[in-house]
Amino acid sequence: MAEMRMRDALREALREELRRDPTVFLMGEDIGAYGGSYSVTKGLLEEFGPERVRDTPIAESGIIGAGIGAALGGLRPMVELMTINFSLLALDQIVNTAAKLHYMTNGQMHVPMVIRMASGGGSQLAATHSHSLEGLYAHFPGLKVVCPSNPADAKGLLKRAFRDDNTVVFIEHTANYGFKGEVPDDPDFLVEFGQANVLREGSDVTIVGYSGSVHQAMRAAAMLEEQDEISAEVVDLRTLRPLDMDTVVRSVKKTNRAVIVEDAWKFGGFGGELSAQIMERAFDWLDAPVARVCSKDVPMPYNRDLEFAALPSEEDIVEAVLAMF
Amino acid sequence: MTVETAVTGASGGPVLPAGQLERFLYEMAFIRRFEEKAGEMYTRGKIRGFLHLYTGQEACAVGAIHALEERDRVIAHYRDHGHAIAKGVDPKRVMAELYGRVDGTSGGRGGSMHIYDTSKGMMGGYAIVTAHLPVAVGLGLASAMKGENFITLCIFGDGSVGEGEFHEALNLAVLWKVPVIFFCENNLYGMGVSFAESLSTEIPKLAAAYNMPAVSIDGMDVLEVHLETKKAVEHCRAGKGPYFIEAMTYRYRGHSMSDPELYRLKDEIEEYRRRDAITSLRLYMEERGLIDQGRWRELEERVERDVEECIAFAEASPQPSIGTLFDHVTKESNGG
Repeated sequence: MAEMRMRDALREALREELRRDPTVFLMGEDIGAYGGSYSVTKGLLEEFGPERVRDTPIAESGIIGAGIGAALGGLRPMVELMTINFSLLALDQIVNTAAKLHYMTNGQMHVPMVIRMASGGGSQLAATHSHSLEGLYAHFPGLKVVCPSNPADAKGLLKRAFRDDNTVVFIEHTANYGFKGEVPDDPDFLVEFGQANVLREGSDVTIVGYSGSVHQAMRAAAMLEEQDEISAEVVDLRTLRPLDMDTVVRSVKKTNRAVIVEDAWKFGGFGGELSAQIMERAFDWLDAPVARVCSKDVPMPYNRDLEFAALPSEEDIVEAVLAMF
Repeated sequence: MTVETAVTGASGGPVLPAGQLERFLYEMAFIRRFEEKAGEMYTRGKIRGFLHLYTGQEACAVGAIHALEERDRVIAHYRDHGHAIAKGVDPKRVMAELYGRVDGTSGGRGGSMHIYDTSKGMMGGYAIVTAHLPVAVGLGLASAMKGENFITLCIFGDGSVGEGEFHEALNLAVLWKVPVIFFCENNLYGMGVSFAESLSTEIPKLAAAYNMPAVSIDGMDVLEVHLETKKAVEHCRAGKGPYFIEAMTYRYRGHSMSDPELYRLKDEIEEYRRRDAITSLRLYMEERGLIDQGRWRELEERVERDVEECIAFAEASPQPSIGTLFDHVTKESNGG
């Protein structure tokens, strides 16, 4: 075990996977000489060379398509897209090719590729650079969607992603890169997909989140305990596809209340899916309607106060919980 | 009858062995009949969805794909039956796929626009215009990085050149020096919009702008297609990077089965039919004493029999079981 930030844990995962498997290689915008927009790939070019840590032109669709082809040709590429905002330019390749080839070829082909990208708002980057699109990618059958909240999960899930035979969309919240935590140094440390993590046990309400929102959920749980003597259980989904609904349902059946927290917009978002599944599987256990704490239904504004008002906060979570009692 | 094509229309001794010429002739005639039959079965409701027929363009698939070795890959657009057949995919299984049956190349999950057979190096069938060009670059990158030196022949239409991915793919291919042949079947129309109305320059100039060697050839002339693609294969195999071919061709039928063809004149179709690739090659062989009327009739009868066999195979193949609906959504190590 060593304490490190999430960006360093991600780098460790990449380094270990590049060492372990000669078919693994990385490509993306500014991942080489620049060291990655969020310094995740810093130093890897020096260790593994420009063939395996490949700087690319700014051509999102082209490099995702090339990643698909490389995977079909027997390699295990990781393509970094700088941020999830730019992934919209590659949406067709991800949705129509990567996600569908295994099915459309009746199992002849598969696309073992990891797509890494940064996500989330809160840095005053305005409407085009503040998206949280985890739920969008979770919509498509054929993809796996991973969104770690802490350094240990980030490392274990990323290493697991390289061992998957499908395209894994690996989404990192920018606010989490500097988050510190204990990380196992065992090179075989993996975190399995589809296993939600109960970060904090409680008996009165279940707060479900993923990625950046998990930390707000934890802070809100501490506030609820201190101020209102409410015992909140916090569930970190870790992966949206596959989705570990069993853990969520088990928790809700225990606490009888559920609040879903996410940075994405509420309308048509992943929280709606969670809410529907809770209703389908735990309706008789609910003492209150499922609540959702999400971004306000506006493009993200630049101004600091306006952005803060648009994003969900721990106070919003506390308020939603209190309204259930 | 005069033949206007460059190589097939020229005088002199045969440029390929007689056996190979006859193979080209048979295969082009087979693809022609296969497509006509598929069109017929579409109108009879046996084949559904979109069906894009390749009649008229046979010289491109046959001439180009036979310039490859077996280990090389083909990745194509959605007018793909001819490419699959030329790459050695069992045409009975192609027809069964058009029928949506269990013995189809994808067990009925893909249909006409998505013909894949990885055991033959047929990598599809892509129905999103230009999406397969970056994928071809990736296949080339894998070939180069693993030192396998297989070539990817990437076939697309003139409709692709307006897409951003076309430019991204060409740029990446040259930067990474991948063994990919970009083969543009220019049939003059991106669906119903003429090529002249949709591009402000000439196609080979686009490739040349990315420092890729580029030629424009007669795509109605199977021998020219074959010889020019062989040059491209030599270039790629020698590790010199990608190569671009524009083959001028023409489709005899509409874009798909539902095309009323309001955008072109009958005269134009007739003009191209006069340069028909199959007739041209037959005359070329006749003039050199390599085929006579009797042998041609034999070939035609064989084509008819073989296509009928495809239909019988597809008709006899079972419908896929509904129980398989969820198979192959993802690949799991436990065999999912």
